[in-house]
Amino acid sequence: MKRLTMWLSAGLVAFALALPALAQQPLKIGFGMSLTGPLAGNGKAALIAMQIWAEDVNAKGGILGRKVELVYYDDQTNPSTVPSIYNKLLDVDKVDLVVSGYGTNVIAPAMPIMMQRNMCFMSLFGLNVNSKFNYDRYFQIMPAGPEPAVGWSQGYFDIAMGLNPKPQTVALVGADAEYPALALEGARAHVKKLGLKVVYDKTYPPNTVDFSPIVRAIQATNPDIVFLASYPPDSAGMVRAVNEVGLKTRIFGGGLVGPQFASLRTQLGPLLNGVVNYESYTPEVSAKYPFLDQFLSKYQGRAIKEGVDPLGFYLPPYAYAMMQVLEQAIKATGSLDQAQLAEYMHKYEFDTYVGKVRFAKNGEWSAPRMLTVQYHGVVGNDLEQWMKPGKVTVLAPAAYATGTVQAPYQDNKK
Amino acid sequence: MEFPTALVLNAIVAGLLLGGFYAAVSVGISISFGMLDVVNIAHPAFIILGSYIAYIVNARLGFDPILVSVVLSPLFFLLGMLIYRIYYGCFERRGQESLRGLAFFFGILFITEVTLLLIFGVDYRLVETSYSSTTLRLGPVDFPLRLVVPFVVSLAMVIGVQLFLSRTFFGRAVLAVAQDQLALRLMAINPFRVKEFAFALSIATAGVAGAFLIVIQPVQPSIGREYIGLAFAVCVLGGLGSIWGTLLGAFILGLAESFTSTFFGPSWAPAVSFGILLAALAFRPTGLLGR
Repeated sequence: MKRLTMWLSAGLVAFALALPALAQQPLKIGFGMSLTGPLAGNGKAALIAMQIWAEDVNAKGGILGRKVELVYYDDQTNPSTVPSIYNKLLDVDKVDLVVSGYGTNVIAPAMPIMMQRNMCFMSLFGLNVNSKFNYDRYFQIMPAGPEPAVGWSQGYFDIAMGLNPKPQTVALVGADAEYPALALEGARAHVKKLGLKVVYDKTYPPNTVDFSPIVRAIQATNPDIVFLASYPPDSAGMVRAVNEVGLKTRIFGGGLVGPQFASLRTQLGPLLNGVVNYESYTPEVSAKYPFLDQFLSKYQGRAIKEGVDPLGFYLPPYAYAMMQVLEQAIKATGSLDQAQLAEYMHKYEFDTYVGKVRFAKNGEWSAPRMLTVQYHGVVGNDLEQWMKPGKVTVLAPAAYATGTVQAPYQDNKK
Repeated sequence: MEFPTALVLNAIVAGLLLGGFYAAVSVGISISFGMLDVVNIAHPAFIILGSYIAYIVNARLGFDPILVSVVLSPLFFLLGMLIYRIYYGCFERRGQESLRGLAFFFGILFITEVTLLLIFGVDYRLVETSYSSTTLRLGPVDFPLRLVVPFVVSLAMVIGVQLFLSRTFFGRAVLAVAQDQLALRLMAINPFRVKEFAFALSIATAGVAGAFLIVIQPVQPSIGREYIGLAFAVCVLGGLGSIWGTLLGAFILGLAESFTSTFFGPSWAPAVSFGILLAALAFRPTGLLGR
């Protein structure tokens, strides 16, 4: 009996000693991220932003008294790797929370797992992913509004229809890939609603080398406006081809991924003049984002060392904001319960580096706030000119506008 | 469907220019697969390596990337010799070239990509040359120098390779090794030396093709894989091991892509290209100029 008491006492002491250690276990947040493959530039930039967030949070003592630890794997920009990554994160790494990697292509394949396991899923720049799943614990940080496919090109078509005389015909073109397909779907909805005549509506394979035949075919239809949805390599190819062929139209652009980043801005330089496109942030509207400078200065220092986008205007602020939303929800609920977190995120507004964020019922932003811009006066290929205001005119939304569109497109080349 | 003259002429020119680039990408594959039976699936990685070397020399010293690639092609040649020696010593000599050789080249592909990733990061790189934004116009027809310069150099390179193979003693030895290695041995010629030289030549062409690529479009470390299917299609259509066939196949697929993109929609281009390949193989299983 004496021996049993002794063992029990020893066990209790050991348990008591272990309690603080258990309390100190890090709060693990897991995700897959594109660190190699075609979208690795964005993936790495997002990762840096999330690491900065984790450091900032840990410097303030962590969340719920626990240090934050990011557990991540390279999804190689390959959707087929995503399910196994999230299964491993949940079953082997035993993470407390998960967030998504960058982009529609890798968010969509994670959704069935999130739904099966009832996880609250905060995602990064997925376009209209939840339209097929209708999952009530899905949230998305890209400011495309409650109808993302339509909201994505809302600014472009608002600008186009503000032209005098109004455009009558439109050409729609994009890559055979997930994002361009969704962006084109939204553009078609606008076109139908506005009663524009579609004179060209085609897609091209992602490994297209020469885009000039496509641009010539578009020019042959003589469209009033041209809407393009593309990924970085084809954005560069299309912009070059448009300049080589001398496309004549009133507005060109809309959904190009690539000109948001330093590499394409410096490589294309003056060829970007006149292109109308979307941006999530630009120094021209820095007054509207009072706390973003302190994040960007931290990010830009690291990004140059790691060979990723040194501007960091497009994705990193939103990757940071995504984690801020999660942080605020956990702190407010005092819990890691997925249902409670989701309920809170639906109900309340969040204060982030990219401004106030409120989610709609489908997990998207309750109101669109993607900027529609036009590039102007770009001279040469240096990066400095993009670091300060002057080369980007914000056209929409009205509250952020810094100027009006210059049309026709080819006049911007003079 | 209308076929306005200006569109047709531009489609022909664009197709030929594109074909020139495809020929440069494919000629090395035609040599290694068609003549040497070396399953060099790492060929795209050497193309991307060529892109990055051209990029870095251009960024540091401002030299034209295509000129740089031609000047540095002996380095690629030496790299090719080194790789073939390893491949021969570890696999071919032991008769293990089929599956293990394939794994070896897969390994080289991944190692090259990851090394480039670690050194240069994941951003897209493009070289802006003095002629990149210049387009010559001849009546209604456009000649963008961004494609014309690679086309001219590619044509010179492919014709040079063909002349070397058909007019020189060593070149004929390469053709002989493709046909009958035993006969070559009986004539006291070491097939290893011949194959080493030919493989090195194929890698040298990859380096030059890489410079073309980074002039034409932005490049990141794993982008080369996107061209492997097309490069194979070019080689098989033309006839594996036939350099003229590779050139012909490249022009046919370039024209097919250009015409399809202009008149029927670019998403049909791969289907039309591979449809042509299937039809050609149905009538000539060895390819258009294959033996």
